[in-house]
Amino acid sequence: MSAILVIVGVALCMASGLPSLVTRRASVVTTVLIVAGGVTGLIGAVLGLTWGTAGLSLPWHIPGGALAIRVDALSAFFLAPVFLLAGAGGLYADRYWPAARMRAGYVRAFFGLMAGALALVMCAANTILFLAAWEVVAVSSFFLIATEHEQAESRSAAWIYITASHVATLALFAIVVLLHGVTHTWAFVPLAAGTGAIPVGQALLCLAFIAFGIKAGLMPFHIWLPGAHAAAPSHVSAVMSGVGIKMGVYGLVRLLSLFDAVPSAFGTTLLLAGIASSILGVAFAIAQHDLKRLLAYHSIENIGIIVTGLGIGVVAQTHGQPLLAVLGYAGALLHVWNHGLFKALLFLSAGAAIHSAHTREIDRMGGLARRMPWTAAAFLIGAVAITGLPPLNGFVSEWLLYVAGFTSITGSPHGGPALILVLVVPALALTGALALACFVKAFGTVFLGAPRSEAASDASEVPATMRAATVPLILGCAAIGLLPALFGPLLSRAVHAAAPRLPMPATFTALLQPIQDSALVIAGIAIAAVLTLLAVTRRAATALTWDCGYAEPTSRMQYTASSTARGVVGLFGWAMRPVIHAPRPFTLFPSAAAFESHVPDTVLDRALLPALRGARWVLGFARYFQHGRMQLYLLYLGVTLVALLAWSAR
Amino acid sequence: MTAVLQLLLVVLTAPLLLGVITRTKAIVAGRRGQPLLQAYYDLGKLLRKETVLSSTTTWVFLAGPAVAVVVPLLASLLLPLAGPRAPLAFTGDLILFVYLFALSRFFTTAAALDTGSAFEGMGVAREITFAALAEPALFFGLLALARISGSLSLSQLLTVDGTSWHKASAALVLIIASWFIVLLAENSRVPFDDPNTHLELTMIHEVMVLDHSGPAFGLILYGSALKLFVFSALIADVALPRTGNPLIDAAATLGAVLVIGVVIGLVESSMARLRLVRVPQLLIAASLVAGFAVVLVLR
Amino acid sequence: MPPIADSILILLLLTNFFILGTANLRSAIRGVALQGLLLGVLPFFVESQATVRLVLLVIATAAIKGVVIPGLLMKALRDVHIRHEVEPYLGFVPTLFLCAAGTALALLFADHLPLAAADRTGLFVPASLATLFSGFLGLTTRRKAISQVTGYLVLENGIYVFGLLLYQSMIVEVGVLLDLLVGIFVMGIVLNHIQREFSSLDTERLSHLRE
Repeated sequence: MSAILVIVGVALCMASGLPSLVTRRASVVTTVLIVAGGVTGLIGAVLGLTWGTAGLSLPWHIPGGALAIRVDALSAFFLAPVFLLAGAGGLYADRYWPAARMRAGYVRAFFGLMAGALALVMCAANTILFLAAWEVVAVSSFFLIATEHEQAESRSAAWIYITASHVATLALFAIVVLLHGVTHTWAFVPLAAGTGAIPVGQALLCLAFIAFGIKAGLMPFHIWLPGAHAAAPSHVSAVMSGVGIKMGVYGLVRLLSLFDAVPSAFGTTLLLAGIASSILGVAFAIAQHDLKRLLAYHSIENIGIIVTGLGIGVVAQTHGQPLLAVLGYAGALLHVWNHGLFKALLFLSAGAAIHSAHTREIDRMGGLARRMPWTAAAFLIGAVAITGLPPLNGFVSEWLLYVAGFTSITGSPHGGPALILVLVVPALALTGALALACFVKAFGTVFLGAPRSEAASDASEVPATMRAATVPLILGCAAIGLLPALFGPLLSRAVHAAAPRLPMPATFTALLQPIQDSALVIAGIAIAAVLTLLAVTRRAATALTWDCGYAEPTSRMQYTASSTARGVVGLFGWAMRPVIHAPRPFTLFPSAAAFESHVPDTVLDRALLPALRGARWVLGFARYFQHGRMQLYLLYLGVTLVALLAWSAR
Repeated sequence: MTAVLQLLLVVLTAPLLLGVITRTKAIVAGRRGQPLLQAYYDLGKLLRKETVLSSTTTWVFLAGPAVAVVVPLLASLLLPLAGPRAPLAFTGDLILFVYLFALSRFFTTAAALDTGSAFEGMGVAREITFAALAEPALFFGLLALARISGSLSLSQLLTVDGTSWHKASAALVLIIASWFIVLLAENSRVPFDDPNTHLELTMIHEVMVLDHSGPAFGLILYGSALKLFVFSALIADVALPRTGNPLIDAAATLGAVLVIGVVIGLVESSMARLRLVRVPQLLIAASLVAGFAVVLVLR
Repeated sequence: MPPIADSILILLLLTNFFILGTANLRSAIRGVALQGLLLGVLPFFVESQATVRLVLLVIATAAIKGVVIPGLLMKALRDVHIRHEVEPYLGFVPTLFLCAAGTALALLFADHLPLAAADRTGLFVPASLATLFSGFLGLTTRRKAISQVTGYLVLENGIYVFGLLLYQSMIVEVGVLLDLLVGIFVMGIVLNHIQREFSSLDTERLSHLRE
């Protein structure tokens, strides 16, 4: 039943954009179709999580391929956010990218295609179908990123995206072929015992790290993420960040579930890559002044947290510590849901703010909370959630990972090998504190204070459907944060599907109950306190903010986002290498001065691109052979032929 | 029963701690100083005053003081102050303890940015940078304590008995030293911040509350007193043994907290505020000291 | 192999030298026409019985190779209005020297190639290799595009001679011939375009097209 609902959902999503391609007036039909597709698929996914595995198989003419989907607990777990975000994004796009705007049909068509293909990737039981759906997602994302291809930034972001994506697809091709070689079938079946130790298995794991790491945006493969998620329309960024990169996580988890014993070195690699991604991702995020780029770097950070959880799971499983492994997997999987929810919420409300203020620069916005109270509240909820503060959902998944880190130090014997997991605790602590810094800066500069530009002071609240799209996401964040014990059984089923050979300790679900109680207490008391204070100070007098007696204070005198972030950027200067233009005036009397700073992406702009330019220079010497003289080309042919003949005749 | 006692202890005696610190500083400086109960008189005065709100602010401005009061109260419920078991105790509550303070920091800084003033912005920028450096120190200390006690609940972590002291005294001393530095940083004490002057160019916490007035400002003062009390109680709990009798334990906690207050006063009198560039260095040193404690217990 | 065939092949080798040695484009084309006629009638002297099919084939080949294709080239030469001088990279004497060396090596090495015994006798293999080499030489050392076409035609003639070894069925030759015809047609058009674009048929100018 769940498989049928999922397939129907996929079909509805993919078909939703087609009416808009035909005629502009069909945009309502598109919205209805994609919301219906999202709801249907979501019900199917929830059924798959609660009832059990279901499958569906249709014939397909591709050799080796079959339209076979299998909705087990792991697939259902990943499918749920896909459909939820597809529906929310589709509803949001109804007024965000109205039919009158250019390329509306194009955006709707590719959005539906991408969403449907994403769902198909998460439940494909046949590796060829998996590969095909993967490519459809990659190509439709490329077209969506290039929606505003009149701007050079969109074009370059789209090219970098498709290049990185195709490197990942190449590795995925190799994985599919290797899997076929080992299992002699084009389906995801468990591998033979001991596959992790032989070279084929190790090759599979390396390729998986590359392919799924690129797709997920793990450092140092993240180079495509910031540009791509910043250039795409906001609802597309929400889906790409919320569930598109989870495609990589799903692939990794699915592949790991096929192995019976993963080498511990792989787990350690995952752990270290995850920690590096999370810390450096958030450090780069703080330095951004483009709101969507900032959110994109946060996706890198959260993927780092998820992969850290997976690393904990793998390492603990290898060392035979089931409780630790379950905590690691559970934290990672729950963070998949949480990140999907709050990142989509952030992108949708950021999109609303950008839409109203007509700029993506944080330093040109400000004071939007007075003009767009609903959007500000939605962004605040998203910000509190992504920082991992109680009582919202981000806290629950990070709490699980913290408990795993602490348990490794209390549970393991003297100097045991799983002690590397202790690194998780300070890493998460640093990440959390930096995320708090970043979102205080973002929320404060964008929504609080006074408007820094004309457009910001003229901003108005967005239409009701755009606000309504954020409601299911807010409810999701609140539900997981306030009632985590409710989701415990679903989570354990998903963890069991992700690591079938892991024994489930009975104490796991009981861990979440106290968090639920305390979350409800915190939320209740805090809200009561705020409301009381607001009521008490109702008759307060108003005045201007104290300005130290300046004669002409302007809104541009407020602290800018870059200044707020300067402390942290200075701390991480060794990694970020900010570029600062600060020409100083040296005259006696005040004269014009300026200051500009930005942080280029270290891996892309300071390592990869210079390396490629150097390679092009070296290879340029081969151009001496390309002189354009036909006679010499023919001579090359003749000489080679004679040489080959002589060599073969010896 | 013990929960009520603990709550009363915290709610009623937190401002007293502020008075003790001020009196210590005054005595060291050769003055008579303010009455010990001055903080209570100040709170009473502020609650009767009128609030003036800036026209730039929104509801977030008032959420700051509200959360700043609620959070230390809830955090104190997680500590075993009057007995061996805290009113709210479960596996992993130590993480909730630290993150509650992160929640209050979020809303305090957001409230500061709400005014749209450059002064508050400066305070926010410094606050978020230094907090990022102080959190790992807290967690390293908790890691070491978890290793020593073998549990993940603050109630077991902090109820130190004789054998623990004997086993890991070096580590515990290091933890106390590192956490003391974190306490000074988080509660805006010298050498990180000067609670007496209001020079906006040099401060961190003091400048973030420049535009609050009346009852809201009173709540902020009270909240900071509570936070100081909770942090001091945390350190006191590491060192104090528990008898099991709620009254004796509560009295012992109060006594230890006041002793820590005196120590804070002595430290404040003997040092000047650090240059801002030195602050990250001191915080990183605190993290390293706590990290060294972890390494010691892992051996 | 009847001796007439051998004589024709010797004449073929001599025409190679003539085509490479002449300084006039028109005489080079005439030399190619002569080669074409010689090769056209060669099958007649190789086959033992003279069937109707063979006669038709001979007439068609001689016509196309000896008349049509050179005629097309002459027309192309008239249309482009260029100077009728051959412009080689390598001087005429070194070119002829290389051609002679190539012919000698072909004669010497033909015996070392792994061929069926029946094919070893006669001059077919050495002649074909020598013609191949001469054509190749013409292609690589001439500057004007039309000279390259003549070199290409000589190359094709060499392949044709080699193909005659399979004289049971001449399908391959016929196919090659048709391709050759079409190719020359196209080349005529291309030469015209090159002349219009660059106002010269100097292939040096074509190197501007790189990058």
